[in-house]
Amino acid sequence: MTLKLAPGTKYAAILGFGGYRPRRVVDNAEICTMIDSSDEWIRTRSGIIERRWASDDETIQMMSVAAARKALDRAGLEPGQIDTVIVSTVTHLYQTPAVATTIASELGAKSAAAFDISAACAGFCYATAMADSFIRSGASKYVLIIGVERLTDMTNRSDRSTAFLFADGAGAAVIGPSDFPGIGPVVWGSDGDQAPLIQQTEPWDAALAWDTESYRSTEGDTSWPTLRMEGNPVFKWASYTMAKTAAEAMDAAGVPSEDLDVFAPHQANMRITDAMFRALKLPSRVVVARDIARQGNTSAASIPLAIEAMLESGEAHTGQTCLIIGFGAGLVYAGQVIILP
Amino acid sequence: MPTTEEVRADLAEIVNEVAGVPADDVQLDKSFTDDLDVDSLSMVEIIYAAEEKFGVSIPDEEAKNLKTVGDAVAYIERAAA
Repeated sequence: MTLKLAPGTKYAAILGFGGYRPRRVVDNAEICTMIDSSDEWIRTRSGIIERRWASDDETIQMMSVAAARKALDRAGLEPGQIDTVIVSTVTHLYQTPAVATTIASELGAKSAAAFDISAACAGFCYATAMADSFIRSGASKYVLIIGVERLTDMTNRSDRSTAFLFADGAGAAVIGPSDFPGIGPVVWGSDGDQAPLIQQTEPWDAALAWDTESYRSTEGDTSWPTLRMEGNPVFKWASYTMAKTAAEAMDAAGVPSEDLDVFAPHQANMRITDAMFRALKLPSRVVVARDIARQGNTSAASIPLAIEAMLESGEAHTGQTCLIIGFGAGLVYAGQVIILP
Repeated sequence: MPTTEEVRADLAEIVNEVAGVPADDVQLDKSFTDDLDVDSLSMVEIIYAAEEKFGVSIPDEEAKNLKTVGDAVAYIERAAA
């Protein structure tokens, strides 16, 4: 007996982007009431002028649904046509169920396959690779992918190295069958030897006992696990090792730098973006995403938010080639060249 | 084997490219942080570019001891020897 297989489709492409930015704008002056820093120090070390922080009602669910509705509108699809929902987040504080299921339900994608992934700042690129494969194999037809974070729920507001950096938001994309290849091969991987460079300070079970003397003594006045990062080694890895990964993604897609239109790396830090741009020796006409200046670092949400903004402002256009690369806690990374919708 | 002055001049060019410091200011007695106003992220970039340029390895634990241009030039000369 030979099993019948789903026919699948030859190509997939991103059909629409959507984003949600929290209402509250937090400038560097406000940050400097929490940490000993200055507007000038924050701008020169990160390029951040202001960031968006979510209020209580701007939940993971609420921000995701808002971003997804915009992406669906732009793709010209009804929610009921979505058969798969993938959500990348590291700050959904329910262990189970996956937030993807209730997002699918609220949108009206009633019986869609739905699950969350944990790939930190590489999550959007991981989800893009999965959606591309699902569609081409025939497992899915239209996939909604969402990168969403409330990083401020896990930020130590008195940590000088991260308090000014982390922010909140959601970015979504709808991916479906296409008559041209819209998503290049993914170059991805991980390096768990370097996991301690960016990680949660304590497991949740330690937080359950946070009022014990031993927990207080290790974490000071913090009563909740937060995200800790070793800036300089991460900067070096992101700027140079990731530039090599980005170059491999361009090679894999057969797009030399003279044919690249847009560079949209994870918005981790403006200095990383600049160093990668130099290391990749990209031509100066390539449009570079610099959304971090106004949005801060939103992990898995940063790439779709940045691309949505560039498409809206007219800096980037339909049909252009765009290099995306995500990198972060794990360490994990993924990059590919896409054609903009 | 390049002379000390040649290593200094090549390093000065890197410091200029990365941090915008005039190459003539990058003299052996100058401190990267205090005199040349090079911040920690630029220092990471300078070390990386120096490793590529001179074909040497400068581990992170060594890099943090390189306070002056002279420290860096001496380290590169020893590592390349």
